[in-house]
Amino acid sequence: MSDQPVMTAHRAGLIGCRSCGRVWPEEQETCDRCGADLVPPDRRGLQKVWAWWLAGLVMYVPANLFPMMRTQTFAGLQGSTEATILEGMVELIHYGNYDIAVIVFVASVIVPLAKFLSIAWLAMVAGQPATVEQAHARLKIYEVVEFIGRWSMIDVFVVAILSALVQLGFVASIHPGPAAVSFALSVAFTMLSAQSFDPRLIWRGLPLRSRTGHEGQD
Amino acid sequence: MDARDTFDLTTGRGLIACPRCDALHVEEELQPGETARCIRCGGVLAKPRGGAFIQLIALSFTTVVLMMGAIFFPFLEISRMGFGNATSLFGVAMAFADGVLLPLVLAVMAMIVGLPVLRSFLLVYTLVPLAQGRAPYRHAARAFRWSEELRPWSMAEIFVIGTAVALVKVAGLATVHLGPAFWAFCALILVNLASRGFMCQTTIWDAIEDAGLRTDGREMAQGRTP
Repeated sequence: MSDQPVMTAHRAGLIGCRSCGRVWPEEQETCDRCGADLVPPDRRGLQKVWAWWLAGLVMYVPANLFPMMRTQTFAGLQGSTEATILEGMVELIHYGNYDIAVIVFVASVIVPLAKFLSIAWLAMVAGQPATVEQAHARLKIYEVVEFIGRWSMIDVFVVAILSALVQLGFVASIHPGPAAVSFALSVAFTMLSAQSFDPRLIWRGLPLRSRTGHEGQD
Repeated sequence: MDARDTFDLTTGRGLIACPRCDALHVEEELQPGETARCIRCGGVLAKPRGGAFIQLIALSFTTVVLMMGAIFFPFLEISRMGFGNATSLFGVAMAFADGVLLPLVLAVMAMIVGLPVLRSFLLVYTLVPLAQGRAPYRHAARAFRWSEELRPWSMAEIFVIGTAVALVKVAGLATVHLGPAFWAFCALILVNLASRGFMCQTTIWDAIEDAGLRTDGREMAQGRTP
């Protein structure tokens, strides 16, 4: 990991397979080893990132406005309560389950929002001039986003388990609400958005020769 | 880059590009236990382990067996005021099965059960001939690529954490017991972790290639010094 400029497949007029790492001449379109499509590391691929990102953001709105699940006690005689994501959390705090409230809060509010921000930022600065340190930091963020994205599904699974389990006829029953679907879709779309981002773009903006005093901007 | 005869900058023979930062590396055979890292971003390029293929096959079979138990044994049991309900994983999925939510049922079932099982089968299909030192099956390359692409979508471990959250939420409402399927799922997480430790994609791709699949004429390419 020195500051020396590094020979990349792109600079050598070659193209590397993102799936298996095998290197091919630039004009080749599919990898002969693993069969994956070969994609050059340029900003055109960012369209896909933005499209999935927007779809995920759109689905995130109803996910927060509509109820996640409906709880019915004593066949509705004691009333049935509908809880959105935030209401469900308030309820957990109300009953003193602070640790679980924190897990739910992190998984369904912090992580999705942080993910939207990080992907948007990565896509905006991709390919722009950067220093080696900045590139390493961006790669780290990309890896965290990629790793953590799937964990937002927790909330969907919780609703699924509860509605299957709490079917006690007259006494109590839980049904899933429309927000469960839109939340699941939102998570899936942001995962696709993160997967469409090509981390090789992060490194495209590095100077060809290491010039001292030349700072990249972001 | 001093081994001039082992790679070719015009055809890409003998070279590896880091999938995360595109840095070019000359391919070298690693001994089990060695790790190759990217010179630029530091990401692991290859990390072969001795006997990994056999281990991966065994762990794949373990996954399928555990998953059978996880589907059909009761998962959680609940009781309150004489009313009781035990649910298996199918019960969890069926809870969503009223009309509009059917796609979500299928997606949830696929993520918890379908994909882990499918990935096990794909991995066994790819690795069994390689472990026996024979030529890989015809679709081995495609099978392994799919198995890798589906990896982020198989979410059994997230489901288990979801169970913990659900348990606490329902604790005030009724008494809950964990069924055998829950423990099968916990075991699945451990198997999954072990499998990830043995997995080295580069080694498997090399094995698929070297075992005679997809010869492409790169053997004919003339070496050229850069």
